[in-house]
Amino acid sequence: MSHASSHTGLIWKVFGFLSVVTIVEVFLGIVKPESLHLTHFLGTSLLNWIFLILTLVKAYGIAWYFMHLKDEKTWFRRAIVWPVVFLIGYLAFFVLYEGDAIGIIVRDWMRWS
Amino acid sequence: MEAIVADSPKGGAWSGGGSQPFGSSYGKMMMWFFIMSDALTFSGFLGAYGLMRFKFLDTWPIADQVFTHIPFVHGDYPMYYVAFMTFILIFSSVTMVLAVDAGKHMQQGKVIIYMGLTIIGGFIFLGSQAWEWKTFITGSYGAVQLNDGKIVQFVNNEGKPVTLESFAAAIPVERTQHKKENGLWFVSEPTLPPVTLQQVKEGFANNPDIAMRTELINLETKQKTILSREQADKYLENATRVVKGANLTENEYGKTLFADFFFFITGFHGFHVFSGILINIIIFFNVIIGTYQKRGHYEMVEKVGLYWHFVDLVWVFVFTFFYLI
Repeated sequence: MSHASSHTGLIWKVFGFLSVVTIVEVFLGIVKPESLHLTHFLGTSLLNWIFLILTLVKAYGIAWYFMHLKDEKTWFRRAIVWPVVFLIGYLAFFVLYEGDAIGIIVRDWMRWS
Repeated sequence: MEAIVADSPKGGAWSGGGSQPFGSSYGKMMMWFFIMSDALTFSGFLGAYGLMRFKFLDTWPIADQVFTHIPFVHGDYPMYYVAFMTFILIFSSVTMVLAVDAGKHMQQGKVIIYMGLTIIGGFIFLGSQAWEWKTFITGSYGAVQLNDGKIVQFVNNEGKPVTLESFAAAIPVERTQHKKENGLWFVSEPTLPPVTLQQVKEGFANNPDIAMRTELINLETKQKTILSREQADKYLENATRVVKGANLTENEYGKTLFADFFFFITGFHGFHVFSGILINIIIFFNVIIGTYQKRGHYEMVEKVGLYWHFVDLVWVFVFTFFYLI
């Protein structure tokens, strides 16, 4: 183990950042501003896109700084991150697209009056 | 000629003359690959959740109307409690990374303190989740299920949900809870709902202020639909039972699938937290007895730290998909 310099300052900065992002998420989740909540963009509301992006930002902060991916060799980092990102992206796209398609079909079969 | 033997006394296949692939030790790399596979497992679960969520886009329960409780306080407080849980987990991640940092400088005392705090944070999170489960299982208002599985809830004239007990008619109940003392000792019965269907029906007829809310979401306003009196009466004709709380077969807040996914995914995550605490405790005691001080490095703390951060990472996504979106 190399005697790297202490990262304590950086760790607290990342914690502060993650906390701020979480507070923003919770605030938006409680208030649900109509200008964001009642919109429609690429399959869902703008508010949900904001939540999703903030979540990915948080995931980046945890993986890069807390899990020290930043300090790993470039190709080790890529060997970990790329398969996960591509496989999950692939899965999510097709599964959600299909769910939407099924939903459009079954909605006609539901009677509400 | 030398064969590659995994556990040769020289240090095995990974020794490779002193160089390590990607500059990473065997254990750390395998921890990373385990985390990758676990991440894909969780994506599968959350993906399945997403599929059903999109399938039932116009009927899915609204999280703000489901998780509204905080301990010791009555009232409607969505999000606060789960935000607290998120902070606990992020903070225990911080103490974990501080322990790893202290380990790199061979500061045994600091590693002990930070790992101890991490374990405490883990227990607080688990306890909070147990409370969250208990609240969800107990339920808050109660609802009525129709013969086609639809759930209808009851609201007052301001649109706020009301408990079934608050308006149910006080007609005598002919049915008592089956217990060992008053029935067959070898047969058990799930707890009966607080009121009977007949009481709800008569209570609803006697209280014109009470309205009925269905699962159907108006996709323009993103609110659940409130029915007119005539429609509500027609719905009540098809009512089959009273539902209180949630479990794997019924859910007073709407789709049973929601409860199934909630229990399964947060349960699977909670199990990860639990095993993470166990592993942390083992390493914690190793740190105390000086194992890593003697070994000359604290890489083991770093490895369990990776697992712990991963658990936090998964929670970030569970939080988003179950509570925010």
